[in-house]
Amino acid sequence: MSDKKRKKLTPVQQEYQTFARAREPGRPVLFNCLKAFLVGGGICFLGQGVQDFFLWNFDFTEKTAGDPTVAVMVLLAVILTVAGVYDHIAQWAGAGTAVPVTGFANSMAASAMEHRTEGFVLGVGGKMFKLAGSVIVFGVFAAFIIGLLKTGIAMLGGF
Amino acid sequence: MQQGHQTWVFQNKPAILATAVVGGPFEAEGPLAEDFDLLHGDLWLGQDSYEKAEKKMLEEACEAAIRKAGLQKQDIQFFLGGDLMNQIISSSFAARTLAVPFLGLYGACSTSMEGLALASLIVDSRAGRNVLCGTSSHNSAAEKQYRYPTEYGSQKPPTAQWTVTAAGAALLDREGDGPKVTSATIGRVVDMGVSDPFNMGGAMAPAAVDTITAHFRDLGVAARDYDLIATGDLGKVGYKIARDLLKKHNPAIPDEIFTDCGLLIYGEDQPAVLAGGSGCGCSASVVYGHIMNRLNKGELKKVLIVATGALLSPLSYQQKESIPCIAHAVSIESNKP
Repeated sequence: MSDKKRKKLTPVQQEYQTFARAREPGRPVLFNCLKAFLVGGGICFLGQGVQDFFLWNFDFTEKTAGDPTVAVMVLLAVILTVAGVYDHIAQWAGAGTAVPVTGFANSMAASAMEHRTEGFVLGVGGKMFKLAGSVIVFGVFAAFIIGLLKTGIAMLGGF
Repeated sequence: MQQGHQTWVFQNKPAILATAVVGGPFEAEGPLAEDFDLLHGDLWLGQDSYEKAEKKMLEEACEAAIRKAGLQKQDIQFFLGGDLMNQIISSSFAARTLAVPFLGLYGACSTSMEGLALASLIVDSRAGRNVLCGTSSHNSAAEKQYRYPTEYGSQKPPTAQWTVTAAGAALLDREGDGPKVTSATIGRVVDMGVSDPFNMGGAMAPAAVDTITAHFRDLGVAARDYDLIATGDLGKVGYKIARDLLKKHNPAIPDEIFTDCGLLIYGEDQPAVLAGGSGCGCSASVVYGHIMNRLNKGELKKVLIVATGALLSPLSYQQKESIPCIAHAVSIESNKP
């Protein structure tokens, strides 16, 4: 916990938190990082393979092959989510499966599935972006700012 | 009758006529499967939603308890129920089916003992006969409400716990053939500033210690007066913290009589549960099933159950609040010599 948060606690609370933290199970940070690296990298490797498949076997360029590749990765993630397997992989892999676009697809599919019981409009439709919504909002906003900066710098004679 | 600061002593010793416990597929694979009255192989219980499944489980537990006591729904005078769902819909809808005068409770995972304490008070003070108290929890319904969608790929830390899919109900009356409820200590809300919803054990341990200490102080008893002292759902982390806190501040509870329902309900071969079981159904199913069976057999003579609850909501967590917790203790004695 950060120091700022800790300072808001009374001395008794701080003492307790230290006491409690000493009794938590240790986390194998290095091993977790390795798992995340391997799975995250593995997914990207698979994505690269899919892109190459489209490049070699169809009439795509490097740029346009990205579209069917993303579609295939999204489909894979959704199938694994629906099969109830994605979350088990994620529990093992950690951050490795959170990489877009598979993590994004999983979050939307999982939310949509969960809220089917509340109907299609308010449930599936309304709650589908429960987790992905903030990614979209901040992604678009960041893109907007970067776009402004790029245009501004270009207008001033920069790159 | 009140004794000390926050404890009720039940002079008339209400009897637990019958209890019933219903569980889900995960609980069926656990070490206490034999102590369940009914186990379901399907998390949905054939219903349209997790919430409806939880309601069905609580109904089944209540109806089974009434049946085991040889009574009918009409004989029940009061029903005290609570659960983890928003607006405690599982209990309210189960109460609709039972058509019994209903008192809804919310104590998070401490609801089982909150209900038992109040039900005992009603019976002991002659304010009612045949009082039913019950609670339930459902893994998927709880995950959906408190954390992330069930199929979402987030990694849970080793301190996280697994909400038990189970419902437990107990039926009390003035006299009868069954274990007797002898006292109850009502806990106060304790908040040690822990704000991680994936570490409930760490948040709840101080509340358990506070209530246990109050119980011993109010009644002038010691840990050794009991054959078993079980907390509701502290899990591996919370149990360790509570045990060490008690050793540090006295009264220490000997390891052989101190246990936790969250540790009992699942086995070592179920690593998905991480730190252990949690939820209203955890303490209810272990106490009203396994522990009640041991009391009925005479294996245990006096037990103290300390159900622990974390009183947070998904909103309070998002608003950067810490997790206030509570623990209620109830002592039960076997009627076997």
